[in-house]
Amino acid sequence: MKLYNGGKIITGLVIFLGVFLAPFAYNMGKAAYSQPKLKMPENEKECIESKEFMRTKHMQLLNDWRDWSLRDGKWVYVNSKGKEFEMSLQKTCMKCHTNKAEFCDKCHNDAAVTPYCWDCHIQPEGLKK
Amino acid sequence: MLEKALKGSPKYYLWVGFLLLVIAGTSGAYVMQLMEGLTITGMSRDVSWGFYIAQFTYLVGLAASGVMIVLPYYFHNYKKFKDLVIFGEFMAIAAVVMCLGFIVVDIGQPQRMLNVVLFPTPNSILFWDMLVLNGYLMLNLLVGWTCLECDRQNLPHPKWSKILAYVSIIWAFSIHTVTAFLYQGLPGRHYWLTAILAARFLASAFCSGPAILLLVIMLTEKVTTFKAEAEGIATLAKIITYAMCINVFFFLLEVFTAFYSSIPGHTHSIVYLFAGYDGHSELVPFMWTAAAFAIISLALLIPPKLRNNVKLLPWSLAILVIATWIDKGLGLLIGGFNPTPFETIAPYWPTGKELLISLMIYGTGALVVTILFKIATEVKQETGASQKPAPVAE
Amino acid sequence: MNHTRRNFLKFMGVAAAGLCAASAGSALAVSGAGSSIKDSATAVNAKRWGMVIDTKKCGTKEAIDVLAKACHSVHNVPNIPGNQNVMWIWAAGYEQAFDQPNNYMDESVEKRQFALLCNHCTNAPCVRVCPTQATYKRPDGIVAMDYHRCIGCRYCMAGCPFGARSFNFMEPRKHLDLTTLNKEFPTRMRGVVEKCNFCVERLAYGKQPACAEASNGAVVFGDLTDANSEVRKLLREHYTIRRKPALGTEPGVYYII
Repeated sequence: MKLYNGGKIITGLVIFLGVFLAPFAYNMGKAAYSQPKLKMPENEKECIESKEFMRTKHMQLLNDWRDWSLRDGKWVYVNSKGKEFEMSLQKTCMKCHTNKAEFCDKCHNDAAVTPYCWDCHIQPEGLKK
Repeated sequence: MLEKALKGSPKYYLWVGFLLLVIAGTSGAYVMQLMEGLTITGMSRDVSWGFYIAQFTYLVGLAASGVMIVLPYYFHNYKKFKDLVIFGEFMAIAAVVMCLGFIVVDIGQPQRMLNVVLFPTPNSILFWDMLVLNGYLMLNLLVGWTCLECDRQNLPHPKWSKILAYVSIIWAFSIHTVTAFLYQGLPGRHYWLTAILAARFLASAFCSGPAILLLVIMLTEKVTTFKAEAEGIATLAKIITYAMCINVFFFLLEVFTAFYSSIPGHTHSIVYLFAGYDGHSELVPFMWTAAAFAIISLALLIPPKLRNNVKLLPWSLAILVIATWIDKGLGLLIGGFNPTPFETIAPYWPTGKELLISLMIYGTGALVVTILFKIATEVKQETGASQKPAPVAE
Repeated sequence: MNHTRRNFLKFMGVAAAGLCAASAGSALAVSGAGSSIKDSATAVNAKRWGMVIDTKKCGTKEAIDVLAKACHSVHNVPNIPGNQNVMWIWAAGYEQAFDQPNNYMDESVEKRQFALLCNHCTNAPCVRVCPTQATYKRPDGIVAMDYHRCIGCRYCMAGCPFGARSFNFMEPRKHLDLTTLNKEFPTRMRGVVEKCNFCVERLAYGKQPACAEASNGAVVFGDLTDANSEVRKLLREHYTIRRKPALGTEPGVYYII
C-alpha cells in the first residue's frame, strides 16, 4: 500500500491532535476537580425529593413543574413521601435556597451551563442595575 | 459538481469576495440585534411586523416563480425552456434560503426556533408555512441537482426526478398560497382579510419572480458563455406580461369592492396608502410610484414590438419589479397594520440597522445564486447546451 | 463487498439514522417517582371566567390608571416610553375601543374612557395562530401564555383584533424599578410577547384579579356560566356591549355603558 500525499496528511493529523489535546495539556498538573461547596438552607434539612434525585433531575423536575402549574393549572406537588409543595421556583425553591449565587451558580458555573431561568424569574437576592 | 464553484476567473473571485465582505460587514448589525433585541428596528406595538416579513413575503413569490418555467417544460413539453429549467430551480433554492433567513432575523427568540417542530401545531398557518417552505427547498435541491448531474454525464433523467418535478410544480403554488393564508385568515386586519389575497400573491409572484429571474439570466449571459434561446426568453416575457395584467386586475377588484361597498374597514387601509388618513401620508408617494410603474411596465410589455426589444426588456422588467415590490413588500405590511385596531395610524419606517440586516440576507441569497448559477453554466458549457456561438477566428 | 465510496456513504447514512432513533427513544423519562400533583386547596374555579366593567363607575383616565398601576406592579410590567411599550390594561376613548361609531352621542359617553385589556376570547385568534402553543386556552376560558415557549414571531399580535398584545422589543428590566418588583411573580425576557393573564396566579389562591380588587366594585370578575354569579347578575340588569362582536371571537370582557 502506498500513502499518497503522506507528508501533508501526517502534518494535518499532528496539527489536529495537537489542537484536540490542548485542553488536556493545559490542565495537566493542576488540582483535580472538586465539587463546589454549596450554601445549604439552615432551617430545612430535606428538599422536595432526595438529594440524589435533586442533584441529577432538578432540571426535569422544574420543567415538569412549569408545565403542570402553568399549562395544566395544577399548583400543588405531592412528593414521594406525601408532603405537599406549591410548584413555584420563586415561591418554593428559592424560599429555602435563599441565595442563587451561593447555590445555583456554583455548579452551573463549573459546568459552564447558563439556564435562562433568571432572565425572567427573580432571584431571592433581588436584582441590581 | 460543487468543485465547479471553487474554480473561476479573477472576476468571479472578486465578486464572491465582495459578497462575503457585504455579509460579514452587515452581520455586525445582526449581532447588535441579537444583543439588544428588535428594539433596533422601526417596528412597534402597533406595526409588529415590518421590513423583514415584507421581504419574506416578496421572496416566497420569487421562490414560487420558477414554476413558470418548470410547468411549461414538464406539463406542456415546451422544449425551449429546457436549458432555463435549472435556473428556475436554483433561483428557487436561493429565494427559499432568503425567506428562511428573513424569518430567523425577525423572531425575538431565534434560539427557540425549533419549538415550531418540537410542538407541532397544525392549526397554525406558520407551522404549515415552515413545512411547505422547507419541503420546497428539498424538492428543488433534489430535482435540480440530480438533473444537472445527469445532464453532465449525458444520462437520461431518472424517473423519480420527473415525478418529484411534477410534485414541485404543485408545491410551488402551495408555498405562496400558504404564505397568503398567513395573512388572509386574520380577523380584524381588513386589508388582508380577502379571499383574493392568495390569488393576488400568486399573480404578483408569477410576474415579479420570472422578471427577477430573467434579469439575473441576462446578467449571467453577460458574464458566461451561456446564451438562452431567444424564443424561450420571449415566451417568458409573455408569461410575465399576462401575470402582471392579472395582478393589476386583481388589485382593481379590491379597489372596487372596497369603495363601491364603502365599508369603512375595507376602504381605510387603501385610503391610508394612496391618499393619507388621519393626517398621515407617509406611503402616498410610494404607492403612486408603484401604480405608475405598474402601468408603465404594462405599456412597455403588452405591445409585442416593445416586449421583444431585448434592449428595452430589462428596463421594463426592472420597472415591474419595483412596482410589485412596493405593492407587496411595503404596502401590504404597513397597509395591513394601519389603521391599527384602535382606528389610529401608526407610521412605520425601517431603521438603518434593519436595512443592513436585510442586506446581509440579500447578500447571502446573491452568494447562493452566484454559486449555483456558476455550477449550472459550467455544466452547460461542458455539454455545449445553449452556448454563445464560438468567436470566429481572425 | 466492494469498498466503494458509495457503499461507505450508504453505511454511514444507516449508522447515523440508527443513532438518531436510539437517542430519540431514550429521551422520554419523567421525574418524581411516586409523586403526584393536585389543585391548590384555596383555588377558585370556573367553567368560563369573564369580566364586567361598569364604565359609569370607572370611566376616566385617572380611574383606569389606578387599575393599570395595580395590575402592572403585581405583574412587573415595565413602563417603556415610546411606541415599543408594554401594556396589560390601559385607557382609551369610545372610538378606539369600539368599532360601532355613533353620531351625536351622549356627551358623557363620548368623553368617557374605557379600560381595555385582553378579552380572553372563547374563539381566540391568537391561540389559533400561535405556532408553538405558547399561547393556549385553559379549560376555564383564560387565554394564557407560556413565556418559556414563545419564540417571539409576533403572529399573535397580527392575529389579535383588539391590540391586546405587547412585544418585549428590549430587555424589560431596564424599564422596571428593580427595588419594588413583586418577588412572587417573574418579569419577562426580551423577545417574547406578553399580555393580561386574568390573574391566573391569583385565582389559584382564591384571590380576585388585581384590577378588580383595585376598582372599588367597578370591575367585577366571575363565572359566566354560573347564573347566580355576580357577573351574570350585572349582565341581566344592565345593557352591555363587547368589543368588535362581529368578528366572532366571543370576548369575555363586557362593558356597561
